[in-house]
Amino acid sequence: MTEEQSLLSRVHPGWWVLGALLIVYPWIATDFFTYQIGGYTLILGLIALSLMILAGYGGMVSLAQITVAGIAAYAIPIFGENSVDVLGLGWPGWVLYPFAIFVAALFSTLVGLISVRTEGIYTIMITLAIAVSFFFFARQNYAFFNGFQGFSGVDAPRFWGVYWRDPTPFYYLCLAASAFFFAAVAYGANSTFGLTLQAIRDNPRRMSALGYNVIAHRVYAFFLAGIVAGTAGVLLVLFNGRVSPGTIGVDIAIDILVIAVVGGLRHPIGPFVGALAFVLLENFAIDLIDRERFNTVIGLAFLLVVFFSPDGLIGLWQKAAARFQRPSLDRASPTSASETSDKLAKADNS
Amino acid sequence: MKTKSKFLVSSALALMLSTGGALAEDIKMGAIAVLEGAFAVLGEDSMRGVEMALEEFGYSAGGKSIELITQSSDASPDSAVRGARKLVEQDGVQILVGPLSGSEGIAIKDYSKTQPDVTFLNGVSGAQDTTLRDPSDNFFRFNTEGAQWMAGLGEYAYNDKGYRSMAVVAEDYSFPYTQVFGFLEPFCRLGGSAPQDARFYVPIGNKDYSSVIAALPDDVDAIYVALGGADAVNFLTQYEQAGGDLPLVAGSITVDQTVLGSKGRVRDFVVGTPSAGPISDTWDDERWASFVAKYKEMFPDGFPSPSLFAHGYYINTKAALLALDEVGGDLSDGGAAMREVLTSLEFETPTGMVKLDERRQAIGSIFLTEVTEGADGNLVNKTISVTENVNQTLGVDYEEFLKYGAVSRENPVCE
Repeated sequence: MTEEQSLLSRVHPGWWVLGALLIVYPWIATDFFTYQIGGYTLILGLIALSLMILAGYGGMVSLAQITVAGIAAYAIPIFGENSVDVLGLGWPGWVLYPFAIFVAALFSTLVGLISVRTEGIYTIMITLAIAVSFFFFARQNYAFFNGFQGFSGVDAPRFWGVYWRDPTPFYYLCLAASAFFFAAVAYGANSTFGLTLQAIRDNPRRMSALGYNVIAHRVYAFFLAGIVAGTAGVLLVLFNGRVSPGTIGVDIAIDILVIAVVGGLRHPIGPFVGALAFVLLENFAIDLIDRERFNTVIGLAFLLVVFFSPDGLIGLWQKAAARFQRPSLDRASPTSASETSDKLAKADNS
Repeated sequence: MKTKSKFLVSSALALMLSTGGALAEDIKMGAIAVLEGAFAVLGEDSMRGVEMALEEFGYSAGGKSIELITQSSDASPDSAVRGARKLVEQDGVQILVGPLSGSEGIAIKDYSKTQPDVTFLNGVSGAQDTTLRDPSDNFFRFNTEGAQWMAGLGEYAYNDKGYRSMAVVAEDYSFPYTQVFGFLEPFCRLGGSAPQDARFYVPIGNKDYSSVIAALPDDVDAIYVALGGADAVNFLTQYEQAGGDLPLVAGSITVDQTVLGSKGRVRDFVVGTPSAGPISDTWDDERWASFVAKYKEMFPDGFPSPSLFAHGYYINTKAALLALDEVGGDLSDGGAAMREVLTSLEFETPTGMVKLDERRQAIGSIFLTEVTEGADGNLVNKTISVTENVNQTLGVDYEEFLKYGAVSRENPVCE
């Protein structure tokens, strides 16, 4: 049996079914469900995935992930094309998109360098401070970020005869990026680096004593998470066709945290599940209840999820699965030494 | 038994089909406003305006009944476009009323270009560029915008108050820029000045104005303040406590009920402050009085008097309903006939006649007001004068007006 075969055979059949469903989804869904529900869910899922990499595997909760995505989103109109007569250097797409993602990853590395020496609540506070200061900087700087107005008129690329903002192509673009990073995270979690990062999360002092460079591993995790968030940022600016300080506000940073926590930080599918719940509620809660109360519905739904399942929506799924004695879906979930849910830990280790 | 259930199923099916048919006849109207965050109270009042117009028409126009679907945004352009997209592409609305905030309006205008079969009417958003530059064929704005709202105030400050030099304190986003532009443009043309280093732009929600107050120059005649709600109260309180004594000139949402209703010395301090805007609470006119009476009757829990937000959404919704009446509710051509009617529509609003210019921007009445003490001791905005037919280019030619440049912190230069 070759290495590749064994890798594929280790994938639970449930994932193939899910993958097939996601591929046929645009054929059965309306344009609105393809673009605004499907595409936007995958974009938010990717940003939350970058947070999940840091928080789930590295134990570092960063509120600056939307800022990292925002850097990439701002890089597109600044170095590419926009309609507001500020900068817009007109770089070609094949340079522009990788460059935007790279700049975001560099920024994420910088955030990492600043924040990795802190723990817990202090990491949250430092990254929150970075997010807030970048938000105000973008809002008040007119030379680079065009202040409050931001940039509009960002066009999506056209190649192979396809306009990539049309609902179906855009959805597949998001799906391809999400599937790639999802698989990369699921695989990477069991790589040497992934396991080292999780060991550092559980006991940094011991890992340090064993000779591992704790800081370098954490900063590298920030770099990798930056690539994921940066890619999501590029998709986000293509999705909206615009970017302004409102795109990267503190409320959005909190939304990303909510998505990651509600989805579940124990498996890379969690952020996408959380994003789906968030997008559906954001769009349809107002139809369920009187419009002055719909935010209460959103809040209550999330409160209930976190109250009944500290591991979020995937935690509920795993509890149900464990009850039926099915083999666990979560090979890629972070193996945990100190989690309260020892039932899940058993499932992981089996 | 079996035949009975068959009958039930078929009749239920027939019922569903017939209601389906009736629903297809209905007209779906969407309304979007900010119902979350700092502007939520204003968004709620906006929705009251929509409901007032619909109630006035008994939720039907041109023989079709109208279904209202509402949506919230959080004042960011992204969320406004997402909300609009949901209403148009998911709920299938044929007419959309909104949004509330300036930058949202520009974003929805851009979005409207991708939906040529849907008719968009502005809510109350007041950014200039929504209709001035690169307008959209199916986006209509029956309310006047931020620069128009200042009509007459610059002249009043220069001629009647005798001010020659002004400092500016405003929030740092597009709506106050538009207001500053609308005020300073005539003021400076008359010979007034507003030095760049005496203009202070603060973030929305700023609490501490001590640095601004300390930096205010002594050699100006008055301060032009374009702050809204709590920001205005905070600035005025702190300026008064710091011993400030310069007279004020106010933007359209600065001296509203939140300021006038407050206690303490701020009250005396703001007496005599002139302002201008699309409505005046105290306008002694039958049309306005009946609008206020209707508002109070429908919404006992609302504001003491309808805000300019309710007023703007009301006018735009009413315009849509009047046009629908005109075309007999027929939108089968993708609303083209209705938009044709809207283009030349002229009608009576609670604040006088309104009509559109060639870029589908309202030409309407603007009220010049001044804060005075009412008979019962409460502060009110007394109506000084009404300027009718204020257009977007403030009386000059369109091409000429474009040369003034886009609104910004520094426009007009006015040294």
